[in-house]
Amino acid sequence: MREVPETAAGPRELTLAEALNEALHEEMARDPGVFVIGEDIGELGGLFQVTAGLLERFGPARVIDSPISEAGIAGVGVGGALVGCRPVVELQISDFITLTMDQVVNHAAKWRYMSGGRVSVPFVIRGPVTSGTGLAAQHGQTLEAWFVHVPGLIVIMPSTPYDAKGLLKSAIREDNPVVLLEKRLLYGRRGPVPEEEYLVPIGVADVKREGRDVTVVAYAQGLHLALQAARQLAREGIEVEVIDPRTLKPLDVDAIAESVRKTGRLVVVSEGARAGGYASEVVARVVDEAWDALQAAPVRVTANDTPIPYAAGLEREVLPQAEDIIAGIAAVMQGVSVEGG
Amino acid sequence: MADPAVSPDLAALEELLLQMWRIRAFELRAMELFEEKLIRGSVHPYVGMEAIAVGVCSALGPGDYITSTHRGHGHCIAKGLELRLMMAEIMGRRGGYCRGKGGSMHITAMEHGMLGADAVVGGSLAIAVGAAHGLSRVQGRDSVVVAFFGDGAANQGLFHEAANLAAVLSAPVVFVCENNQWAISTPVAAATRIENIADRAPGYGFPGVVADGNDVLDMRRVAGEAVARARAGEGPTLIEAKSFRITPHSAATKTDLRPPELLDEWRRRDPILRFSRYLADEAGVEPARLDELEAQARREIEEAVEFALASPRPEPGEEIEDVYAPSTWTTPGRLA
Repeated sequence: MREVPETAAGPRELTLAEALNEALHEEMARDPGVFVIGEDIGELGGLFQVTAGLLERFGPARVIDSPISEAGIAGVGVGGALVGCRPVVELQISDFITLTMDQVVNHAAKWRYMSGGRVSVPFVIRGPVTSGTGLAAQHGQTLEAWFVHVPGLIVIMPSTPYDAKGLLKSAIREDNPVVLLEKRLLYGRRGPVPEEEYLVPIGVADVKREGRDVTVVAYAQGLHLALQAARQLAREGIEVEVIDPRTLKPLDVDAIAESVRKTGRLVVVSEGARAGGYASEVVARVVDEAWDALQAAPVRVTANDTPIPYAAGLEREVLPQAEDIIAGIAAVMQGVSVEGG
Repeated sequence: MADPAVSPDLAALEELLLQMWRIRAFELRAMELFEEKLIRGSVHPYVGMEAIAVGVCSALGPGDYITSTHRGHGHCIAKGLELRLMMAEIMGRRGGYCRGKGGSMHITAMEHGMLGADAVVGGSLAIAVGAAHGLSRVQGRDSVVVAFFGDGAANQGLFHEAANLAAVLSAPVVFVCENNQWAISTPVAAATRIENIADRAPGYGFPGVVADGNDVLDMRRVAGEAVARARAGEGPTLIEAKSFRITPHSAATKTDLRPPELLDEWRRRDPILRFSRYLADEAGVEPARLDELEAQARREIEEAVEFALASPRPEPGEEIEDVYAPSTWTTPGRLA
C-alpha cells in the first residue's frame, strides 16, 4: 500500500464494499453516461450495500432495480455501451454470470472485433464470489478462468479496498468490457483508502510483500491467505515475495517474471477449480517468460476439482487454505537450506 | 394494400420500391457470388421479406437505431447503409464495413443507426432495450430502437427477458418479429402452439399487432404507429410481420423441406410484384418507370460488386487488430 499517503491521523480506512461504493458514486458524478442495473440495487442498495445511496443521488433512470433477469440486464448493459453509455451491471451472486454467458462472451467481448473496430463496448459486469460462506455449489464458484479464456474481455479480481476502488474506477472508464469479480468474504475487510481521487491502472501487478526466497502469485482471498502464510514462514527465515496481479487479464507477466528471476521459485494460488484454472495459466506464462530462472517445478495451490460443498468441514477441504500455501512453498523450497530465521 | 389516401407522395413510394429492388438484387447477386466462391461461409437471403425492412425503416428517422439478425442484409440496406461497403464486407475485403472481420452476419454502422447484425438467434433483443434506455433516459435523446428478429427467436428465453425489461423500463423499442414461418426445416406450428406471436405482447403489458409482411405500406403504417408510441414515451410494441422467405435458409443450405406448392403460393404474393402492381394501378406509375427502378437497383449492385472486387483483401497481421479498444494498457507487448 505504498501509494497511500500517511497523515498525522493515519490514512482513512474503508471496507472493500465501501470502497467499491465510493468508486460508483464518484464515477456516476463524473460521467452522466454511467448507469447501473441489477437486482435489489436501488432502494436496498444491493445485497452487500455496494450500490448504497446511488438511487437517491442519481435517480431511477441511472440506478435501475431490475427484474430477476440476468441475461436480459447483461444485454441491456451491452446495448447501453454500444450507444455510448458506460453501464455497470451488478450480478447479485457472481455464479449467475452463467445466465449471461451469451451476452458477455458472444456479444460484449466480440462486438468490437466483429465490427472491425467500428464500435467499443465500455461495459462492466461485476458481482461477488461467495465461496467460504456456506452457500454451496451454485453460490460458490470462482470462474475467472472462463473469462480470461475469451479474447476481448478484461478480468479483474481485487484484494484490498484501495485496489477495489481504483480498479473499479478504471474499469468504468475503460472502453473495453470488464468482468470484475469481488470476493464476498473481503467486502467487510478494512484498509486504507485516500480521500483524494486516484485510479489503479489495469494490467499492473502489485508486490504486496517483498521477499527473496519464493514468489507467490495470489489474488482476492488467496492474497490474504498468502500473506498469512508469508508472515508465518518469515518466523522460520523463509522470505516470501507475494505478488497480486490485480488484473488477471491483461496479466502483468513482466512483474511476475522479474520476481521469479530473483527467487527462482513460483507458487500460484487460485480459489478456482484446478483443471483449466487460472493458476495453470500463470504457471504457463512464467514458463514462457522465465523458464531459465526456475530452480524448481512451479506449484499450484487451487480449489479441488469438485463443486463447492455445503458443510463447513467439507468446503474447507475443497478451498485452498493458508496451510496449503505453506505446503506448496515447502514443496518448491525442498532441498534448500534456509539461512537466518 | 393500404389506403392510398394515407400514402406518402409518389417519390417516396418509388423510393420504397427501389429499396426493395436493391435488397432483392443484392441477395440474388450474393448467392451467385457464393456459388462462384467469392463469398465464404454463407449468405442468408432476405428474398421475399423485403417489404418488412423497407416499410419499417421508412418510418424511422436518422437518429433512430436498429438491431439485426443473421438474415440482415435487408435491414442494412433499408436503414441506408452503403451497398459498396456491404458487398466488400461479405466478400471479406478490407474496404468492407468491418474490414473483413465480420462478414455477412455482423455488419455494423453506427453512423447509419445500425447497431450491428447478430448471428445468435434472439441475441440482440436485450441489446436493443439497453440501447433504447441509454439513448432516451440516460442521454435524453428522442431516439427509437427497432429490434428485428425472427419467429424462431420468439421462442428463445431472451425474448421473454427483453420484452419484460422493455415493458418495465418503458423503453422506446419496437420489436419487429419477422415470421417467415419456417426455421431451416421446422414449421412455426411445430415450434409454438399459438397462431400469432403478436398475441404474446399483452402478456408483457404492451400491444401486439399482426401486419402483412408482404405489404410495404402496411408495414410502414404499423411501424409508424409503434414508433410514434415509443417516441412519446408510451413504451414498446410488438409487431408480427407475416411473411415467407422464397429462397432457401442460406446459400450453403441446399436442402429445403418446405412443400413446393407453399413456395409457389408465396411467390404469387411476392412483395415487389404486389407493390409494383399497386404503383401501376393506384398511383399511375408507368411500366417503363417501374423497369427503370429495377434496372437502377441492379446497376447499383453491379457497382458494389466492382468496388468489392477492387478492394484489397486484409493482410496477415490485421487479425490481431481490433480485439481491444485503445487503452492505458494496450501498448505493444502488453496485450494479454
